[in-house]
Amino acid sequence: MKLDAKIPSGPIAEKWDRHRFEVKLVNPANKRKFSVIVVGTGLAGASAAATLAELGYKVDAFCFHDSPRRAHSIAAQGGINAAKNYQNDGDSVYRLFYDTVKGGDFRAREANVHRLAEVSRNIIDQCVAQGVPFAREYGGYLANRSFGGAQVSRTFYAAGQTGQQLLLGAYGALSRQIGSGNVKMHTYTEMLDVVVIDGKARGIVTRNLRSGAIESWAADAVLLCTGGYSNVFYLSTNAKGSNVTATWRAHKRGAGFANPCYTQIHPTCIPQSGDHQSKLTLMSESLRNDGRVWVPKQKGDKRASQDIPESERDYYLERKYPSFGNLSPRDIASRAAKEVCDEGRGVGPTGLGVYLDFADAIKRVGESTVAERYGNLFDMYERITGENPYKQPMRIFPAPHYTMGGLWVDYNLMSTIPGLHVLGEANFSDHGANRLGASALMQGLADGYFVIPITLGHYLASNPLEKVDTSHESFKAVENEVREKTKKLMSMKGKRTPDSFHRELGRIMWDNCGMARSTESLKKALQRIPALRAEFWENLNVPGADGDTNQVLENAGRVADFLEFAELMCMDALTREESCGGHFRVEHQTPDGEAKRNDEDFCHSSVWEHQGVGKPATLHKEALVFENVKLTQRSYK
Amino acid sequence: MNITLHVWRQKSAREPGKLVTYKRGDVSPDMSFLEMIDVLNEELAAKGEEPIAFAHDCREGICGSCSMMIDGMPHGPQDLTTTCQLHMRTFKDGAEITVEPWRAAAFPVVKDLIVDREAFDRIIQQGGFVSVNTGNAQDANAIPISKEAADKAFEAAACIGCGACVAACPNASAMLFVSAKVAQMAELPQGQPERYRRAKKMVDQHDAEGFGACRNHYECEAACPKGISVRYIAQLNRDYLKASVAVAEHAGRSSGPG
Ligand SMILES: Cc1cc2nc3c(=O)[nH]c(=O)nc-3n(C[C@H](O)[C@H](O)[C@H](O)COP(=O)(O)OP(=O)(O)OC[C@H]3O[C@@H](n4cnc5c(N)ncnc54)[C@H](O)[C@@H]3O)c2cc1C
Ligand code: FES
Repeated sequence: MKLDAKIPSGPIAEKWDRHRFEVKLVNPANKRKFSVIVVGTGLAGASAAATLAELGYKVDAFCFHDSPRRAHSIAAQGGINAAKNYQNDGDSVYRLFYDTVKGGDFRAREANVHRLAEVSRNIIDQCVAQGVPFAREYGGYLANRSFGGAQVSRTFYAAGQTGQQLLLGAYGALSRQIGSGNVKMHTYTEMLDVVVIDGKARGIVTRNLRSGAIESWAADAVLLCTGGYSNVFYLSTNAKGSNVTATWRAHKRGAGFANPCYTQIHPTCIPQSGDHQSKLTLMSESLRNDGRVWVPKQKGDKRASQDIPESERDYYLERKYPSFGNLSPRDIASRAAKEVCDEGRGVGPTGLGVYLDFADAIKRVGESTVAERYGNLFDMYERITGENPYKQPMRIFPAPHYTMGGLWVDYNLMSTIPGLHVLGEANFSDHGANRLGASALMQGLADGYFVIPITLGHYLASNPLEKVDTSHESFKAVENEVREKTKKLMSMKGKRTPDSFHRELGRIMWDNCGMARSTESLKKALQRIPALRAEFWENLNVPGADGDTNQVLENAGRVADFLEFAELMCMDALTREESCGGHFRVEHQTPDGEAKRNDEDFCHSSVWEHQGVGKPATLHKEALVFENVKLTQRSYK
Repeated sequence: MNITLHVWRQKSAREPGKLVTYKRGDVSPDMSFLEMIDVLNEELAAKGEEPIAFAHDCREGICGSCSMMIDGMPHGPQDLTTTCQLHMRTFKDGAEITVEPWRAAAFPVVKDLIVDREAFDRIIQQGGFVSVNTGNAQDANAIPISKEAADKAFEAAACIGCGACVAACPNASAMLFVSAKVAQMAELPQGQPERYRRAKKMVDQHDAEGFGACRNHYECEAACPKGISVRYIAQLNRDYLKASVAVAEHAGRSSGPG
């Protein structure tokens, strides 16, 4: 596996411009001769499919949902960053670039991040033109809020429903292209494999989730926009259907998987209430603009929050990180919460919780203003917990939320399989070891609206592609493999459901490869995962038939992939002998408990090459070169 | 808690369905309605029986996937709440609860509680957008939009496309859904150029899909988990009328003597 990041030469601020000039173009009349498969129609996929179709490419788009509008992106709450500097508070492209590199704990590729910061401005323009109803000030201009890890206000938002509004904008653009026949949309269709012919990605094999039909689709290039893998932990803030199948199966066909151990544990989620729990609900980071995080100073203090006087409260984020306070980045805020709970100062019935208190904000700006800013989140909190956050503080706890790792891509968003491009959360590109809030929406839309339309053209114009169709023997071979696997899942008739395996795997991952990881815990996980996987392939029970809607079968396929992927994630965590961002190795910390990087040995992305299930993957390294931002110990004090 | 469930089971659109009764003990009031069904489904699957198929994904009330008719009410008894956000503490110990799919000709049953809502997508494809290509846009602050208009557009845009409005309507009309999208765009300057054409095309597709006409029952507003207001329907009717007049005038002109 050869890793060539294809970073354009020249000063950082000129790279993207220069690249756009140097890439080959496909002339307008020729575009319609090229066909493109887009898998996934969340922010990344919908924006890519719509834009490519506008340019004239023939696009086939796929999602497992019944409508593109239901992709997981719809759930994003807080906002989207852009270096507009509308607040005149010192923001710039360079500052967004700098904040993102630093926030990622210096484990991202500079050139990609700078491009992201540049196009961030176009995203907001595009979305407003589509009719996305962002929040506005009385003067009619766009409003901003602050997010963690930044000292400027650059986050655009639509109440607590920013992802919904952005996705509906992209879905509108996509719908327009479907309506005019330029995109053929295949809903309820799950991609189960990539087909590689002569070393290039030339199509996919899918299962129709209504009829069970296994089908092949050929194209000149394939885009994976299939989201992240937080559900490897079973309980996460992701939608129930989010999974690793598309990227994992591409990995098994030769796409390098980068930094799978970089996972983000979000500090502000509603704590688990019982064993029946099916997912965890995020309370947006934006709440930390006005909410203050605290726990009692005393261990085991069981008094109700209102009975604990001010002097006996520990506002630990404000105390430990005075310059960022409650807006410290996610990895830091999550670890701090874990620390106080480990000390026995956690609140709520399980002791796994901290308070997020709005009393001061309500006093300062009034209940109605707080309601206007966060009303839908407060309502959601009350529906889930039965407690009223206007009257008593919220209880929150960290939960798996986002995955910075993903398929490795070069500057053109192409994986190590030529022709296979990866966009959005599914790739590894821009966030290093920790993503800043409101930057995932930015990245998904940057990739889809503004990057891939340029770089895909370059690939198509510079690679002569032979015509292939689905009668090619490679399609038949992959189809057969997919059929065999489905048959096997259906035929074991053992005793356990896929969900029970998933829960058990999630527990293993959370305990051993979660917020704190050690050699010991990771080795334990690496023993238990293969054993669980072996049991899965003997003792699974999938009722029903494979020729119709069968949600247990859908789930079984996804869990099977998580059971393979989890091992790579632990392997990656074990070999990265440092702490950085969301990856915290207890062996590597500063005397005051902060993450301790090892730039000498680990200033690289780890890219894994598959060698077969249960066999050790081969590690390749992309060295990270920092020419603009100086590597420093990240401090938010 | 003890709960008795009567759940609609139907293998496919081609086969008839029926209500099947399941008795549940040990239901925790902190469970969501879907988690209660998850636990039942795990038991069914472990016995080798087919679990109850139902649509869901985000479980946060935003994706619009979940869609259960609970005791004859779309998304159940709690106001402004989707099925996935409904918690068992809303029900009394010993309650009997009937769970069915959305019922509408334009939403055929796929299996058990899952219905096909692609008609909604086809309506949006007819005009639920601003026709702007990527790259066309000017600076986002070039056109100020009053906070009031932006807030109104946002309120209309809050629709999650779940279809509760259709399920609630005696005529299975989807006018609340259509009018919310039309109203969002009508509030904004960006939506003006295509305003009337959009209204006409979306309503025509609505009718073509087999949704019924709106007869002002207003059950839709009461059922909507996002509180979308029926006044959008009145506004849509006005826009539709204008569009029709414009089309008629246009037709009149072109068929008149040169
Ligand atoms: C609760 C929550 C709140 C968030 N809030 C914010 C925020 O405020 N700001 C921010 O910047 N980020 C936020 N994020 C993160 C952000 O929402 C996601 O990272 C982002 O939306 C991912 O977009 P995507 O297009 O890459 O993937 P997704 O939206 O996950 O879309 C994946 C698509 O791929 C399809 N798919 C997947 N696998 C297959 C397959 N095998 N076959 C066919 N189709 C497939 C799915 O159907 C779907 O269409 C939040 C995340 C969560 C969980
Ligand atoms: S599951 Fe998404 S709205 Fe209920």
